[in-house]
Amino acid sequence: MKKPLVLSVSVAAAIAMGSSLAIGATTVTIGTVNNGDMIRMQELSGEFEKSHPDIKLDWVVLEENVLRQRLTTDIATEGGQFDVMTIGMYEAPIWGERGWLEPMKDLPADYDLEDIFPAVRNGLSVEGILYGLPFYSESSMTYYRKDLFEQAGLTMPERPTWDQMRDFAKVLHKPDQEQYGLCLRGKAGWGENMAIVTTLANSFGARWFDEGWKPEFTGEAWTNTIEFYVDALNNYGPPGVSSNGFNETLALFSSGKCAMWVDSTVAGSFVTDPSQSKVGDQVGFALAPKQVTEKGAGWLWSWALAIPVSSDAKDVATEFVTWATSKAYSQLVADKFGIAAMPPGSRASTYANADYMSAAPFAAKTLESMNNADPADSTLKPSPYIGIQFAAIPEFQSIATQVGKLVSGALAGQMSVDQAMKSAQSIAEREMKRARYY
Amino acid sequence: MLTLKQSRRLQTVLIATLAWLVALAIFFPIFWMILTSFKTEIDAFATPPQLFFTPTLENYVHIDERSDYFHFAWNSVVISFGSTLAGMLLAVPAAYSMAFFETKRTKSTLLWMLSTKMLPPVGVLVPIYLLFKDAGLLDTKTGLVIIYTLINLPIMVWMVYTYFKEIPKDILEAARLDGATPAQEIYRVLLPIGKGGLASTVLLSLILCWNEAFWSLNLTASSAAPLTAMVASYSSPEGLFWAKLSAVSTLACAPILIFGWLSQKQLVRGLSFGAVK
Repeated sequence: MKKPLVLSVSVAAAIAMGSSLAIGATTVTIGTVNNGDMIRMQELSGEFEKSHPDIKLDWVVLEENVLRQRLTTDIATEGGQFDVMTIGMYEAPIWGERGWLEPMKDLPADYDLEDIFPAVRNGLSVEGILYGLPFYSESSMTYYRKDLFEQAGLTMPERPTWDQMRDFAKVLHKPDQEQYGLCLRGKAGWGENMAIVTTLANSFGARWFDEGWKPEFTGEAWTNTIEFYVDALNNYGPPGVSSNGFNETLALFSSGKCAMWVDSTVAGSFVTDPSQSKVGDQVGFALAPKQVTEKGAGWLWSWALAIPVSSDAKDVATEFVTWATSKAYSQLVADKFGIAAMPPGSRASTYANADYMSAAPFAAKTLESMNNADPADSTLKPSPYIGIQFAAIPEFQSIATQVGKLVSGALAGQMSVDQAMKSAQSIAEREMKRARYY
Repeated sequence: MLTLKQSRRLQTVLIATLAWLVALAIFFPIFWMILTSFKTEIDAFATPPQLFFTPTLENYVHIDERSDYFHFAWNSVVISFGSTLAGMLLAVPAAYSMAFFETKRTKSTLLWMLSTKMLPPVGVLVPIYLLFKDAGLLDTKTGLVIIYTLINLPIMVWMVYTYFKEIPKDILEAARLDGATPAQEIYRVLLPIGKGGLASTVLLSLILCWNEAFWSLNLTASSAAPLTAMVASYSSPEGLFWAKLSAVSTLACAPILIFGWLSQKQLVRGLSFGAVK
């Protein structure tokens, strides 16, 4: 009986020794988010390891919210578990300002930093210092069903107003045929319903905070916004809309149940892909709707690769980050996965590529939306914060999560719009006072 | 009017039907998960949900290409068995002393131990993270074995204590008269008698360790990450993922389901141990 035990212990020891001997190379641990573009990066990382035999890449892929919590814990405690972190446009300026991230400087000349959209570059910088290199970026736009519009004799303008959207929805809403006029996110969350609600509010002339950082939820503009949102979705939206996030709405649109949808430009590749969408050849694109202003109508978000100061492999991490966000990497993706799979929204050269523009029917509107987005000027009245669908201050995440629940509650009919806005105002005031903004 | 025999039979049938319904209701989510794992992403999202479809293995192929399943599974096995072993080594002597040498503080000690389970884990995340960082335990299997042992210990002590309380003290006294030391009392008398109860404690600890996600996600990166971390990597806020997530969940559940199924006799015996005197 003892022999198998001795044998298995020896085998385990041999495996352990073998694996430790293999680690002659510097290991770079990358924390990233689970989505199509990032998974493609993981699949192609073998090419990087082939050309850099002294570097080994270890991947930690997590869902967005789990990743955010995981990375925040590590960076705030200087845990040093990650050499490369995938962070968003919200975290980059906050963490950069606190000195948690390595500045991205002395990049190789062929990297062509100027090729990256200025709005994206600025969104990842603090006082002109860049803290992350964008992997891909997105704005928001309007998706609509060309066939349904044609049947109803309607024409979608280049940039509709929200009132027009509601009028179209009224005509196209046929719940008995499981066809809903307007689909929008309703699920509570600062990255879920609050993204679309904030751009809607921007269009209605609202802002999160006035110049003195005082919240404005009980003002006329915010009340009009939420009344419109609740009214349009309850009358012309799908059932159970208050629990629909991006994925649920994507599934509704892809299965032909939505006539119109306003959401991320990233959805363009999903809704036009015949293997994922039943309406792939019937999707039309327009800019995100405006109302009293075009400012802040479409959002801006970017997933960027950043290097924490706690990393003990900064140089090799920089090598990887510049490779993964380079033009050469985009070309590699095009060669391996097809040109429409190139990381969108970050580099102007992607949109200068005629092959890409013809292969990706959503690309022209994505480009226009990206060019229109300006995080430094996203509200009708001046505001003290940077960001379109968020305010890049540490307190925003907590406030927006709570406000998101109230808006979702109003949408589900659990409270009136007036009650929701009063509660949102008192929550936001309390948090901002506690953080000593005024 | 039903005869006594008929009414008894009816009662048996009703109880059996109810038991089947409850069992099916409990099993349905697992059944649906396994079914979804063989669907395409579009079929997985279809409304109304599809019971009949053309099965595909594409999700399993995708997982095989993207993740090293056996690396994660091996970590789960080492961590679960390691912490269960460590937990039992501590729980059995602790329960022995509390069950057979009870003092006036035993009950309050037991309650205090259990009260540590009432604290939300996230409340101590940062202190534990800092301790682990300083001790070099981040992203190590040893670190997870320590933390799992500590979080499951109160339940293990409670369970073993309950089983030991059922064993008459006279048996131990008889062993003592024969010259047994405390270690011999545990090893030669208590463990053989309480085998069923101890086996169910071991099984429960294994299941709890296998399924634990909060600490495994927060304290590991790549080298010590168990299957729960692998499952978490397939959930996504952008894009369709239900079929792949179902496939990876099926793969993560499979070993512990099979293990539980093979040892269900011990589990049931352990759970009902002491129920009838």
